[in-house]
Amino acid sequence: MDLIAATAQWLADPLNWQGPNGIPSRLMEHVALSGVSLLVAALIALPLGLWIGHTGRFSWWIVSTANAWRALPSFAVIGLLVPFTTVIDPDLGFTLYPTLVAMIVLAGPPILVNAYQGIAGVDGELVEAARAMGMKESQILFGVEIPIALPVLATGLRLAAVQVIATATLGATFGFGGLGRFIILGDANRDNGELFGGVVLVAMLALATLGAFLLLERRLVSTGLTRRAAG
Amino acid sequence: MTVRETGHARAASLEFHGVTKRYGRGESAHGAVNDLSFAVPAGAICVLVGPSGCGKTTSLKMVNRLIEPTEGQILLDGVNVMTENVTALRRRIGYVIQQVGLLPHLTVGRNVAIVPSLMGWSKQRQSARTDELLSLVGLDPERYRGRYPVQLSGGERQRVGVARALAADPPLMLMDEPFAAVDPIVRERLQDEFLRLQHELAKTILFVTHDIDEAIKMGDLIAVMEAGGRLAQFGSPDSVLAHPASDFVAQFVGEDRGLKRLSLVTIADLSLEPSAARPGLPTFGPGTKLRDALSVLLAADTSGGVALDDAGKPRGFVTVDAIASALAEGRGTVANP
Repeated sequence: MDLIAATAQWLADPLNWQGPNGIPSRLMEHVALSGVSLLVAALIALPLGLWIGHTGRFSWWIVSTANAWRALPSFAVIGLLVPFTTVIDPDLGFTLYPTLVAMIVLAGPPILVNAYQGIAGVDGELVEAARAMGMKESQILFGVEIPIALPVLATGLRLAAVQVIATATLGATFGFGGLGRFIILGDANRDNGELFGGVVLVAMLALATLGAFLLLERRLVSTGLTRRAAG
Repeated sequence: MTVRETGHARAASLEFHGVTKRYGRGESAHGAVNDLSFAVPAGAICVLVGPSGCGKTTSLKMVNRLIEPTEGQILLDGVNVMTENVTALRRRIGYVIQQVGLLPHLTVGRNVAIVPSLMGWSKQRQSARTDELLSLVGLDPERYRGRYPVQLSGGERQRVGVARALAADPPLMLMDEPFAAVDPIVRERLQDEFLRLQHELAKTILFVTHDIDEAIKMGDLIAVMEAGGRLAQFGSPDSVLAHPASDFVAQFVGEDRGLKRLSLVTIADLSLEPSAARPGLPTFGPGTKLRDALSVLLAADTSGGVALDDAGKPRGFVTVDAIASALAEGRGTVANP
């Protein structure tokens, strides 16, 4: 009970909601870093996954590599990157860059694999019927395959987003800000209120992101795909 | 060509000249379609029929170049399809398949309007055409245009599939087992409706089925194909039934091919001895199929019945013998020109 009370007290303290080390600015750091890495990962992985799915080329080894990639522990990836990024920039190379690169690297595979599987899973007869009606390949991709694969594509983005938010927390270990900062500091200062306050904030951010993605999916996916059976 | 592209020409002629499709190379090459030649006049339904694996679907898909022939030419209104722009070619050819291929994320209205929208028609013209076509295939536009394919029955989906294929008024339709996925009662109704529709539209149609009864019912011309993608026989349904060109064809059309022929001939086709009204005997309208007339005569256990003319007046006396001799006459004609 002490823990809950301490956490609530920490969260309720107006001092913790102010200044460059306050909750709003840490939250913004966290969201910005997560958003940028998700965007960069999507810009790389989405077109690649769509292309592999549409053409069927290189599917086996790209998807195998991507799946093996998923098994990499985030913490190890950040640690491994530090020696390289510090060479490029001794300051940010220790803080921002390794975390950012690790997040991009880890967000890519779920986006890529789901994009590939979503597109490859579209009924071949349907694609052929679309081709037979005189749709060009790009029209088939954007007008048939992507809309039909959208639920699967969105799941990949959603998984990646949640993973990115979790990984951003680890960035604090390497001197980057974000909500993970409270967990590190709380641990160092033996302040359980701050430590678990940080944990609660990260968890809520992850849940809010999940909810936002689900709402967006519901808006974007055609009702023709979500309805069941003849009425 | 220019006439066809404006969409006013209603039907195109279709010719296969020595069309061959081989897969693989050298020793391992095997033929899916072998030296296929036949001609379909504009406005006729030609049915490709044969056992599975005989290359009928491959032949169909070579027309709109989903598959490209290894040798030979396919001419649409005299123009080799391989010389045309492939997307423009496909937009002028209606395509209906067994699985229908309706896009699940689009409404019925949007599905029907796919080709018109690809061709850049205005929104008003698209929706007017969509409503016209839905009515044509017996679906109330008000009720159906906003529905999704998942909300339709199998028969309704198939109608939408036909409406979609007709959308840009194509001079040629390709239909691959279009009615195979629905139950027999719905299939029969769809076939009848389609024949009625075709009577008005007079499109050139290449139709694939494995069902000889469907081929006989739907076809003005039948191309029977056999294993190895060879054409076993080409001709009218009656000539194929009356004069099978080989044992394979005879076996494929069935032992009951005589009875099948009776479904192709009506009472009006018979030349009969004049007859007065004969109370108590069965009567047959001019559209009665000989198969049904024979069935009535056998069941009623009478030697004959009275054929009526269009006005319902007695025209002649129909006997089992008269029906049998009508079949015999057909047998005398030449099957393969």
